[in-house]
Amino acid sequence: MSQAFIDSTGASKGNLKSYLTGFVLSLILTAIPFALVMSGTLSHSATLAGIFSAGIVQILAHLHYFLHLDTSSAARWNVLALMFTLVIMALFVGGTIWIMYNLYYRMM
Amino acid sequence: MMTTNASTIGIAYSEEVEHPDTVAIQTFGFWIYLMSDLILFATLFATFAVLGGNYAGGPTGKELFDLPYLLGETLFLLFSSVAYGLVMLAMHDGKKNCVLIGLAVVFLLGFGFVSMEINEFHGMIAAGHGPDRSAFLSSFFTLVGTHGIHVTFGLIWMAVVIWQVAVKGLTTPVQSRLMRLSMFWHFLDIIWIGIFSIVYLTGVV
Repeated sequence: MSQAFIDSTGASKGNLKSYLTGFVLSLILTAIPFALVMSGTLSHSATLAGIFSAGIVQILAHLHYFLHLDTSSAARWNVLALMFTLVIMALFVGGTIWIMYNLYYRMM
Repeated sequence: MMTTNASTIGIAYSEEVEHPDTVAIQTFGFWIYLMSDLILFATLFATFAVLGGNYAGGPTGKELFDLPYLLGETLFLLFSSVAYGLVMLAMHDGKKNCVLIGLAVVFLLGFGFVSMEINEFHGMIAAGHGPDRSAFLSSFFTLVGTHGIHVTFGLIWMAVVIWQVAVKGLTTPVQSRLMRLSMFWHFLDIIWIGIFSIVYLTGVV
């Protein structure tokens, strides 16, 4: 009785393949930054760049393979809400860092 | 007049419950909640970005963080997130026992994560490196602790849903709750990616 509705929502159309793809990708993208930091072979800035790019790609992989966000119409409003939230987050985080470091610089 | 109103409301209410899009609406509403939670975490990340370098002569991240231990915590949370994905597949197939076993596995993995985190916090506080030691540690405990409290409430929620699946079976409202909990669980794993990248790994480099 309760199977029909479930397919209509964007957050629930995963299959085994998408979860396993996301899992393998996540393992690799977790291993890369940990290996970079533990081995310490690269320079400081190159290691930081590696950590952040692996983190961003892993977040995108989680959003796509686990939360099933894509360009389909079922997920459109979820994606739109996320985009709006990202704008607010950029204002909060970027604005805070800008103001506080500026203040720090002027009070030196 | 009153009677007419009451019966109209009664019909409207029952139609609302039977509405074919109820689950989709609930799911989207929960997504909006997750977005507001994301903003909460953004403010805590911003606080950490500003205060994270103020050690006040106390220990730095390099001295405090144990990377193999952190990798263990990370894998606990990642495995539990994937296991919850498999629970959702079992739910679609209507396999009640698979759902129950899967949720128990997810619960234990999540419990392992919280236990490791409590153990880590306890060790730090016992060594005199608690949140009162420096601005770095205050912002660290607030950010990582808020995530840990979220996971703990997720575990309480999961215990309730396990009980509901066992007693009520996979009815429409129970499936809707399972779906929202899965979004919450995946969301917390995404926040954790930000925490281990920005707080731990960047602090050790």
